[in-house]
Amino acid sequence: MSGPALVRGALVLAVVLTIAGAAAGHAFLDRAEPRVGGRVRTPPAQVTLWFTERLEPAYSRVQVVSQAGQRVDKDDGAVGGDGRQLRASLTPLSPGTYRVVWRVLSVDTHVTEGDFTFQVAP
Amino acid sequence: MRRFVSLALSLLVLTLVTSPAGAHGLAGKRFFPSTLATEDPFVSDELTLPNVLHIKRPASGDEPATRETEISGEISKRITRFFGISLEGELVHLDPDHAPSKTGFGNLEIGLKWQAFTSAEHEALVSLGLGWEVGGTGRKATEAQSFDVVTPSVFFGKGFGDLPDSLWILKPLALTGSVGLAIPTRSRTRTVTVEDGEVEEEIERHPHVLQWGFALEYSLPYLTSFVRDVGLPSFFRRLITLVEVELQTPLDRGQSGHTTGTVNPGIIWAGRFFQVGVEAVVPINERTGKNVGVRAMLHFFLDDLFPTSFGRPLFGK
Repeated sequence: MSGPALVRGALVLAVVLTIAGAAAGHAFLDRAEPRVGGRVRTPPAQVTLWFTERLEPAYSRVQVVSQAGQRVDKDDGAVGGDGRQLRASLTPLSPGTYRVVWRVLSVDTHVTEGDFTFQVAP
Repeated sequence: MRRFVSLALSLLVLTLVTSPAGAHGLAGKRFFPSTLATEDPFVSDELTLPNVLHIKRPASGDEPATRETEISGEISKRITRFFGISLEGELVHLDPDHAPSKTGFGNLEIGLKWQAFTSAEHEALVSLGLGWEVGGTGRKATEAQSFDVVTPSVFFGKGFGDLPDSLWILKPLALTGSVGLAIPTRSRTRTVTVEDGEVEEEIERHPHVLQWGFALEYSLPYLTSFVRDVGLPSFFRRLITLVEVELQTPLDRGQSGHTTGTVNPGIIWAGRFFQVGVEAVVPINERTGKNVGVRAMLHFFLDDLFPTSFGRPLFGK
């Protein structure tokens, strides 16, 4: 097989594999509100995380903790929207830095996890 | 060669029909992409096809300067969650100055790797591996050796997400690398040629070679997902910039210390099911060459493409 033929074959394989039916990737965090590492003037009423894949609600969690390690979300984390959103309501936040900690299971059974901070600074 | 191709196909079929889940190069929240020139420190279910290198090699002794193109492919399959096997083959095209070009397969390479240590908290990995270049499976005319080379190696990966928050801009950095010792099963090759009635004997010595290298990466996905969302357009949110350094240092048999290698600055774009990467290949010294080459790779995440079948370990979860 010649070099160009091999490259053409690889491109065809790329197309075939990419449209493979059962495919679903790892769920990575696409964006969040409040933004990752961001600063907000008004304390948010909830955090919303958007993922790159649909999530399994029963095995997807989000928590928000203060710098003192105190939990400030209402323990009502839930998957919503098109199955790619994870939301949690927050208790009234005072100025400070908060850490959002998440762990999710995508519908293809891959677990991913992460955390980020945001600041409330009126 | 045929029996190794049969072995590879048998393994492929076996893995396609077995089932039960989830690597990628992950340690905690750190995603390590598959690098182009240096070995990955993790085990995975992934396919590289193709990895293309084009570079002009310098003249050496009686050998003229040669434009070399390598098109290689590698499939990695997890046997258990932390133990995997890989098969790699390459097609080599040599185009020497003032001489006919030659094309042929390189030797088949088989690798075993055990991911011995993983720290999610410190985004760290350590693996132990054993590579086996199967002598005689490639074409001699395109410089495939007729003897085996066995290479025990140590691999590592470390993300810097555990740096203090004051150094937030450095948290997306990661370092991966490997150190291996290539042990040839033959110390020298004797070639006898008869030309114009005269017998010429040439002896090529095969030294033990320290193979070492590393990749320094800066992950924009890590920056935007875990450190600070700086509002990058979606294309850039999936980019990883990197510099790979790939080195070979012979240790004995008259070539001690004659290090060759390349520095490879480039970028990787990692999507849902595949990643693409391109790098410049810059020789580190005149012994390696004077011309800058290029390397490009298309790499598939089989664990995401086939999450319930081929993308899982053969045994366990």
